[in-house]
Amino acid sequence: MGEAILFWFFGGLTCVLALLVIVMRNPVHSAMALIGNLFCIAALFAMLDAHFLAAIQVLVYAGAILVLFLFVIMLLNLKDHELGNARQTATKIAGAILLCWVAFKLIFRVMPSTTAGFPAVGDDYGTVETVGRFLFGPHLLPFEVASILLLAAILGSVAIAKKKLW
Amino acid sequence: MITLQHYLVLSAIVFSLGVAGVLLRRNALVILMSVELMLNAANLALLGFARQLGDTTGQSLALFVMTVAAAEAAVGLALVLALFRGRGTVNVDEVRSLRG
Repeated sequence: MGEAILFWFFGGLTCVLALLVIVMRNPVHSAMALIGNLFCIAALFAMLDAHFLAAIQVLVYAGAILVLFLFVIMLLNLKDHELGNARQTATKIAGAILLCWVAFKLIFRVMPSTTAGFPAVGDDYGTVETVGRFLFGPHLLPFEVASILLLAAILGSVAIAKKKLW
Repeated sequence: MITLQHYLVLSAIVFSLGVAGVLLRRNALVILMSVELMLNAANLALLGFARQLGDTTGQSLALFVMTVAAAEAAVGLALVLALFRGRGTVNVDEVRSLRG
């Protein structure tokens, strides 16, 4: 029962905040809604017994990526007229129809999935040790490739964003 | 009782909100945020499947998705900065030099 209350609370909040992200005109408001959304998703991760991933979600997303977003918004310092014109009503209605269509298609696809409860898992499921053993065992190669990807992203973003490279 | 189905439906809703954001918004920053929404929805589905199967593989996959999301956000924001410096706009409708 407690799990159901928590799921509906965080799930509903996730949906509302995701909607706010895409309807807010000011990017700062969108970023704030996104932070709340990511925290709610972290709570859902914890409810799925992915404790390590929940912590990483808060650290990496809310801690690093969103700060990066806010820094860029602050650097750009967009004026009101640079935010673009407000949407026409017809565009808004078309967008809502598109959104409903995509959502119904997806929900229709996932509806036949199991309605049996989650099976019991051991105490060590989703802990740092279990995920770490997976990362440094069977997934060692993707893990190292991910580090190279991050290095490439660092160098790439510096090269792109810098005014003059040399 | 909360089952895998609930998590998958929630993931589908968040994903479609992300799709709608990418397709409808013209501000490059909000488009990047919508991409983050989609990646998070995928992560939620991955962790739901991992929990259902009791398999940790889905969790390490979700970690890789987060890595890609971080790299994507960094490069994407650098592009937005360069775009604003060169064109003075972050509206993707006004950046159409490559269109024939």
